Amino acid sequence: MKHLNQDELVLHYYGEHADPAVAQHLADCEDCRAHLESLTRVLDAMDDLEVPEPSDAYGSRVWQRLAPELAPSPARWWAGWFAPRRLVAAAAMAALLIGAFLAGKVSERRQMAGLSAPVRERILLVAVGEHLDRSQMILVELVNNESKGPVDISEEQQRAEDLIGENRLYRQAALKSGDRAMSSVLDELERVLLDIAHSPSKLDAAGLEQIRKQIEGQGILFKIRVVSANLREREVPPARGKAGTI
Amino acid sequence: MEPSDATAVAQVRAGNPDAYRVLVERHSRSVFRLAFRMTGNEQDAEDLVQETFLRAYRQIGKFDGRASFSTWLYRIAANCSLDLIRVRKRRQEQQTPVNEEGEELAGAVAAADPTPDRLAFSGELKELLRPAIEHLSPMERTAFVLRHYEGMCIEEIGRALGVNTGAAKHSVFRAVQKLRRALEPALSSASS
Ligand SMILES: [Zn+2]
Repeated sequence: MKHLNQDELVLHYYGEHADPAVAQHLADCEDCRAHLESLTRVLDAMDDLEVPEPSDAYGSRVWQRLAPELAPSPARWWAGWFAPRRLVAAAAMAALLIGAFLAGKVSERRQMAGLSAPVRERILLVAVGEHLDRSQMILVELVNNESKGPVDISEEQQRAEDLIGENRLYRQAALKSGDRAMSSVLDELERVLLDIAHSPSKLDAAGLEQIRKQIEGQGILFKIRVVSANLREREVPPARGKAGTI
Repeated sequence: MEPSDATAVAQVRAGNPDAYRVLVERHSRSVFRLAFRMTGNEQDAEDLVQETFLRAYRQIGKFDGRASFSTWLYRIAANCSLDLIRVRKRRQEQQTPVNEEGEELAGAVAAADPTPDRLAFSGELKELLRPAIEHLSPMERTAFVLRHYEGMCIEEIGRALGVNTGAAKHSVFRAVQKLRRALEPALSSASS
């Protein structure tokens, strides 16, 4: 038998190698034993990866935050949507639709009338999902910025600025259709985006910390993830989920 | 006496959301550990715990009882974490173009500083572990965490992440390869 390769040794380390020839080879071959030994040292070292130990009360804290979310949810304006998300990548289209809807321009309304209700809704949902993704990225980026010295957030501000207008349209649409959960998340998001856009673009550590606190304090990231997950759940038929959904 | 997982699941499915409390209290600490190993960040880990339990609650009708509730829950937690670190990674790559394969790993770990000498004396090898994990691709990281810390077999990892066994195996192998490249120099100097 030729020498064992690293992959075989990894399987052996994790006890996933059923082939007795491998064990036999290891018993006979000093080189492979040495190879296994150094692999073992690396993988054993990984056991020391530090994880803070949650307190005994952690579970009930989680429950307290979670319980209010478990109430039966009202009908959602995106219910019934389960087409692939990227079917129509059309934020602009959606903005046009909503714009027409709200502003009520006759010509645009007529144009919109050519689309069936499910298609209109789907376009809107795709756009909202992407809007949330983009917003989340900005927030995550700011929260994770650990610079101690002055930072320049003008790029994030520009992006926040771009998202504010869109956000307003989606919020109004959600409100109009009676989806309070979505509209309240969008409402909070809008305030955070505004604050980001209007803060100084050069921030010292304290200024950055203040923005970070604001984002974290409102739990806005979590709320975004939850509403996004709700959108995504309707994205793929449940049978064979891709990675990312179960 | 506290109800078993299976009993609590049945009660939740029968329309009693309060029965979910037992499941949350029983499993949230281990979900937290999984999430923390994935993200390295307490705030994220806590958010992921919330999201995991929320998703699990909403999908509890799909839980078929073939795996244990905790295995099923870890699958959801792993997928939530994977989603999150993908978003992060994508964002990061837009800022600084990083080699897909994470070939800059060795450099990045070196930048985390501890020189072999310092390591040998202070035993701070631990400080290298987090950066080494951070530089795995999202899929590699998830597969490795599930294999190494959660003790899932490779086949189960594939099922959990919706990929075939070959792909799951490949992710674990690549993860180990990268970790080895990053940590071996420090390890051998620490032990010599
Ligand atoms: Zn050999």
